[in-house]
Amino acid sequence: MSTLELDDVVKKFGPDTVIDHLSLKVADGEKLVLFGPSGAGKSVLLRLVAGVIRPDGGTVRIGGADMAEIEAEDRGVGMAFQNFALFPHMDAFDNIASPLVAHRTTREKIRTGVEDVARLLKIDHVLSHKPRALSNGQKQRTALARALVGQPPLLLLDDPLRNVDAKLRFEMRIELPRLLADRGATVVYVTQDYKEAMAIGDRIAVMRDGRIAQLGTPEEIYGAPETLAIARLFGDPTINLLDVVPEADGEGLHVTISDRPVRLPAALRAAAGKPCVLGIRPESFHFVEASAPGAIPVEIEAETPLNEKTVTLAVTRRDRELLISRPAGTPAPASGSAHIAVDGAATLLFDKGDGRRIRGADDERRAA
Amino acid sequence: MEHTSTLERVLRGIALSLIVLFFMFPLFWIFLMSFQTNETILRIPPSLFFEPTLGNYKALITGKLDTAAGSLDIAFMKNLWNSVLLSTSAVVLSLILGVPAAYAFARHKFRGSEDIAFTLLSFRFAPPLLVLLPLTIYFQQLGLADTYVGLIWVYQLICLPLILWIVRGYFEDISADVEYAYRIAGHGWFATFRKIALPLAGPGIAAAGLLAFIFAWNNFVFALVLASADKQPVTVAALAFVTASGIQYGQIAAGIVLSITPTLAIALYAQRYLVEGLSLGAVKG
Repeated sequence: MSTLELDDVVKKFGPDTVIDHLSLKVADGEKLVLFGPSGAGKSVLLRLVAGVIRPDGGTVRIGGADMAEIEAEDRGVGMAFQNFALFPHMDAFDNIASPLVAHRTTREKIRTGVEDVARLLKIDHVLSHKPRALSNGQKQRTALARALVGQPPLLLLDDPLRNVDAKLRFEMRIELPRLLADRGATVVYVTQDYKEAMAIGDRIAVMRDGRIAQLGTPEEIYGAPETLAIARLFGDPTINLLDVVPEADGEGLHVTISDRPVRLPAALRAAAGKPCVLGIRPESFHFVEASAPGAIPVEIEAETPLNEKTVTLAVTRRDRELLISRPAGTPAPASGSAHIAVDGAATLLFDKGDGRRIRGADDERRAA
Repeated sequence: MEHTSTLERVLRGIALSLIVLFFMFPLFWIFLMSFQTNETILRIPPSLFFEPTLGNYKALITGKLDTAAGSLDIAFMKNLWNSVLLSTSAVVLSLILGVPAAYAFARHKFRGSEDIAFTLLSFRFAPPLLVLLPLTIYFQQLGLADTYVGLIWVYQLICLPLILWIVRGYFEDISADVEYAYRIAGHGWFATFRKIALPLAGPGIAAAGLLAFIFAWNNFVFALVLASADKQPVTVAALAFVTASGIQYGQIAAGIVLSITPTLAIALYAQRYLVEGLSLGAVKG
């Protein structure tokens, strides 16, 4: 087990700053997901930690020790690559064995080590195959086995499920967290898939343009994204975003949807009169009777099943489209007019200008 | 190709035959010449039918050339050996120097690396005659004129840039992640070079080595000027057949057949290896 600390790390490729004064701490045994669009610097950051590329500034510490003078081969980390990076001229056994071979272990220990991890990942029957004779799923497992076999205290996984088919990705999303938990290693996991990020991470670091835009638990990132961009990255179907101008009234603050008021937390009163974007997760809506308090009339346009959910597309009186999701199988009107309601406390309000979430007094208290 | 008509196929066949004939006929004619005496070679009109003789090969191998003007000693076999020695040593030296250099140029962008690489390539641009005169003077002062070492050194002008630039491309084609993976697994940079980069660039190194060998083998002008008869390769030695009593076409032909045999054999052998290597699907994991 091992901690990882990055302190003010900078990496430039020519004129481009790829990692921009980034600091990050990963606790012993923690699983941290680096999440972000491609080009955000996630893979570069991982390679800086592994030691195969050198930072232009800042320090990388693994287990408290400064890595500035430590070569990649002496850092004792395990890494799996998005393109697998298997050695094409070696069979699967030799690929997996390579970290053990480096440490001059006995032949017997190498064999049992490789066979154990291969059995765990269900590739023990293809150990004699060259990489080109393996399916994508087997390649991915071989790459993972190679990263795991030396029992490294720090595991770096660079989008390992990117190049495998959907079925396998789904299986591995379930299998991986258990596998990683059993190992007890500190894990830094790079992905562009928000579901993978939420399934695997103890914490998620959302990266944009070489910086960390937000760092928090999956619940925090999903429930309280710092910016519109982050809100959009998480969730399927994506969050509903409506341009609104909140109005102050006697009780506090409200916005109107279909000419009906939706109450917002009074703590957001500062936003009154400002152009804002209201974010409502599709699952925050629910269908109600017309007489229910806060009922919003909508016209239903279409209904689609999405995995375990049913998604309804509805339009408001002002022709604004809303996505409403509910667990599949729950009864709801499938067409025509309907009424929906939303709890104002479950909505997110963003400043339309800079895209940052407007924090209420509640947030401030929570943050403190 | 499924829509080609019979006419098209016939025309294509004829065109291909013409091309093959154009390139292969001289070789075929020389092969025939090597089994003939000067008299049958020079008769008018030329004929495909003759009494084959092994006299030309016998003269080359024994080193005794019997002409109308008397018996002449020729050192053809010695020259053939010189060619083998010079070309092989030059290519081996070039590989030892060029492959690590190519790796450095491919993997590390250091200040001036492109300039150095281009300068090395530019050796191939300069006409050899341009550098020969100063080179001859240097070599005489350094005591390198008419030595194998001196010739092998000059042959680096031919082999090194070729190997450097071809092999560099092959190293660049290897995904950096594959090498990173080996480093992270706990192996030093030299082990990574030896166990990952070298085997994966193997086909490219073989191709470059083969090409460099052929270029070195075919070199004429460096050896002509910088070496005397006993150090000269076959390309220069062929001049010895222009004797006082006439040009010995039969022996020249036999000499050509003997001298292209090694390169042809290597090319045929390496071709199989190259195809195997390239179909490895090398770099993609």
